[in-house]
Amino acid sequence: MSYIKKPKFQHPDLQVNDIGLTRRDYEGTLTTLCGGCGHDSISAAIIQAAADMSLAPHKVAKISGIGCSSKIPSYFLSKSHGFNSVHGRMPSVATGANIANKDLHYVGVSGDGDSASIGLGQFCHIVRRRINMLYIVANNGTYGLTKGQLSATADLGSKTKSGEESLYDNIDMATLAIELGATFVARSFSGDKQQLIPLIQAGLTHKGFAFIDVVSPCVTFNNTEQSSHGYKNTWETYVSLSKVDFVPMKEEITTSYDPGHGKTITLHDGSVIHLHKTGLNYDPSDKNNALKHINQHKDNGEIATGLLYINQSASDLHEIQATVDKPFNLLNNHDLCPGNEVLAGINQQFR
Amino acid sequence: MKPTDINDPNYFHKVVDCQWACPAHTPVPEYIRLITEKRYTDAYMVNWHSNVFPGILGRTCDRPCEPACRRGRVEEEPVAICRLKRVAADYKSDIKDRLPSIPKKKNGKHIALIGAGPASLTVARDLLPLGYKITLFEKDHLSGGAMRTQIPRFRLPMEVLDEELNYILNMGIDKVFNNEIKSMEELINQNYDAIFVGTGAPLGKRLELPGFEEAKENIHIGIEWLANVAFEHTDSIGKRVIVLGGGNTAMDCCRTSKRLGGEHVTVAVRSGFDEMKASPWEIEDAINEDIPIVNFHVPKRYILKDSKLVGMEFEKVRKEFDKKGKRLLVPTGEEPVIIPCDDVLCAIGQENSFPWIERDLGIEFDQWELPILDKKTFQSTHKKVFFGGDSALGPDNIITAVAHGHDAALSIHLFCNDTDIEERPSPLTSLQSQKMGIHQWSYENDISNDVRYAVPHADKAKTLNDINLEVELGFDEDLAFNETMRCLNCDIQTVFTDKLCIECDACVDICPTDCITFTANADENQLRNNLLAPATNNEQDIYVSGILPTERIMAKNEDLCLHCGLCAERCPTSAWDMRKYLYNTPKAANA
Repeated sequence: MSYIKKPKFQHPDLQVNDIGLTRRDYEGTLTTLCGGCGHDSISAAIIQAAADMSLAPHKVAKISGIGCSSKIPSYFLSKSHGFNSVHGRMPSVATGANIANKDLHYVGVSGDGDSASIGLGQFCHIVRRRINMLYIVANNGTYGLTKGQLSATADLGSKTKSGEESLYDNIDMATLAIELGATFVARSFSGDKQQLIPLIQAGLTHKGFAFIDVVSPCVTFNNTEQSSHGYKNTWETYVSLSKVDFVPMKEEITTSYDPGHGKTITLHDGSVIHLHKTGLNYDPSDKNNALKHINQHKDNGEIATGLLYINQSASDLHEIQATVDKPFNLLNNHDLCPGNEVLAGINQQFR
Repeated sequence: MKPTDINDPNYFHKVVDCQWACPAHTPVPEYIRLITEKRYTDAYMVNWHSNVFPGILGRTCDRPCEPACRRGRVEEEPVAICRLKRVAADYKSDIKDRLPSIPKKKNGKHIALIGAGPASLTVARDLLPLGYKITLFEKDHLSGGAMRTQIPRFRLPMEVLDEELNYILNMGIDKVFNNEIKSMEELINQNYDAIFVGTGAPLGKRLELPGFEEAKENIHIGIEWLANVAFEHTDSIGKRVIVLGGGNTAMDCCRTSKRLGGEHVTVAVRSGFDEMKASPWEIEDAINEDIPIVNFHVPKRYILKDSKLVGMEFEKVRKEFDKKGKRLLVPTGEEPVIIPCDDVLCAIGQENSFPWIERDLGIEFDQWELPILDKKTFQSTHKKVFFGGDSALGPDNIITAVAHGHDAALSIHLFCNDTDIEERPSPLTSLQSQKMGIHQWSYENDISNDVRYAVPHADKAKTLNDINLEVELGFDEDLAFNETMRCLNCDIQTVFTDKLCIECDACVDICPTDCITFTANADENQLRNNLLAPATNNEQDIYVSGILPTERIMAKNEDLCLHCGLCAERCPTSAWDMRKYLYNTPKAANA
């Protein structure tokens, strides 16, 4: 943390977005995490993504659990709605909020402890129920807030700063999400914003449950040479399955791409994800292929990153439940109790 | 781009925009911090060593530092550097015991200084502590040169002027005042070890238009008239006055007229208002005293009635540009404007004049009658004769004269020691970490968001009736403190050690002004465009690191850095550190 506030002076040429805001307007309070924490880069990426997309801050809700990761909603989008919930219970709160008002963008931020240990059950069920939200796990392979114990996502053989070695294989949040029915699954690295920012934008635009597992090094407790989640190892072992570009709907109309250079995915609102070829010729629409690739890279000691899997045909919770178009929080007495005439009509159906 | 060589003394010096812009390279942020701490005497001495006349310059400087100030690029207005200098002078305690001691035993060298203005006095200040014997010649009976004769007392009170002149005069100068040198040849024959000419640009001009001969009595040369006012030979002027010219002398002439009986004082400028040479604040002060400034008025003739000056005729013009982009003043065709007047003050420029230097002594002059000099050493084509101030390179300002004086003194010292005067000592620099704790720095990085504070003025009704009453009251201690907190501390440098960097992006994420980018290396133009916020100000450097493990480089745009230190606070490996860069120009004492 710092004793001073971030100076309000900003670059005079800072871009102003469609709703008249600059990136600085999407900031939160000054971080209190350790200097160099990957989570701060995730905050910065969310800030940049939201500014570039001209998201209205009041149309965003930030929800988190407990942990270093779950502190970060304070550090971005200070004009948005926020709920810092109980440990591992962010999914329940997000589900409730989404059911009450499906018109907001939901950003859930959690960590490996919050989602892969205490909250693993909750995580599985929110994936399965396909809540329309972006769920980010800031994954550092350690319990930073309790001073650096190994977490369930630590790779086999990885060592913490105190020398403790992981004796178990890790829980891979991305493969888990794919298997449980998530319709947008990506992995990225806090140090690579060029990849992370378009993924966040695509995840926010995707209709359905979008999940990004972000390797986000704990600079204080898990940044050793022997740690698979440290900066050095991640820089060396991460492999980008495809270079990702996100083009919002309004710009896509005027942007032309040579189809020979990659794959284009059009999202439901007309925005587009461009996947540039990297030589791997990766196809993210095939679930089994995705799982195969992730595991193959893992076997090679590499981390597969980029857009791993996308499925735009599956329905989200509201579609499955066939809820009304109007968000629940806007339903009034008349909507909920339409009167005797309607009741008579319903009863008539059963006669 | 190649990695930046931060050992080049000019690299970080250039980042301290104010100090870089100051001709004497005064360590501005250093003394501003001392003022914050109410260490006024220390702040004064930092100034005194660099610019010799802090109290005088704190009131009269042309302030090249202020347009350069980085604060002016991140918000509207620069820090009031000049008036903070005055604060140091106003609130200091006795400094006499801090002045350099003058050796009783002299070094046997005898130097003659001609003209007791800022340039000569700076030479004296630098050489007396080294044991030189100095003889100072001055045509007037008092020292100070243009600081006394051209700057009115309502801008620079007598006691402030005398105090700072006396610090030097009391070091044991052989004063030969009221003694105008009429022949350089005679002086050279007196076998001084070196001669320094600091006689200023003493020649003013009068505008000779139709009617001039008859009206001559009432047409005055601005600088001569101001000198006569300063020496109390002149104490009145006609009720209606026209001042011709748009420079600072014109502003001093019109404001002085207003105090000596001028009721209708008008400044007439040939070109446009925005082309006026006067400092904006001096124009503002004249306007505040209800003096109209008419622009695009080209004087045509003096109008007489019964052989007496009664007015001037002006032609109205407008600005146009020819095909080559040259600015032209084209008559508008309107009726000529007649402005009635009793007196005209001409403030239309000054020139150098050396009628007293014989042309066969080996001192060569160029076509503008300026001595041919080595611009670094200020040595003329006669190796014993040096020039400085306005007499060296033409009319400029006090702080430039001081800078010349330092350089000339160094040259004279090297020359008298039979060393090569081209071999200048290096500047005195230091780069010291300011880290006190994890998030603590020995400087105040929590800068103020306040806009520039205005200096309070004395009541106009009083100042306009008393030519010796200072208009500006100066900052009080509270205002001064608030103004110092606007300084960005640009001398506290962001120093990057690439070997320590783990490329975590913490500095990139925190930087309020998007100065830092990690990217692939490229040539400078390309790199400037590839930065997070493109670096369009080419006058400001890009700080480039060596190649990092990911084969990227760190590139920092120095242009808008707030020196807040947040990059260094967030850096987990201390790859960034905030280090104070002190830079002092080499002076005679360092040779």
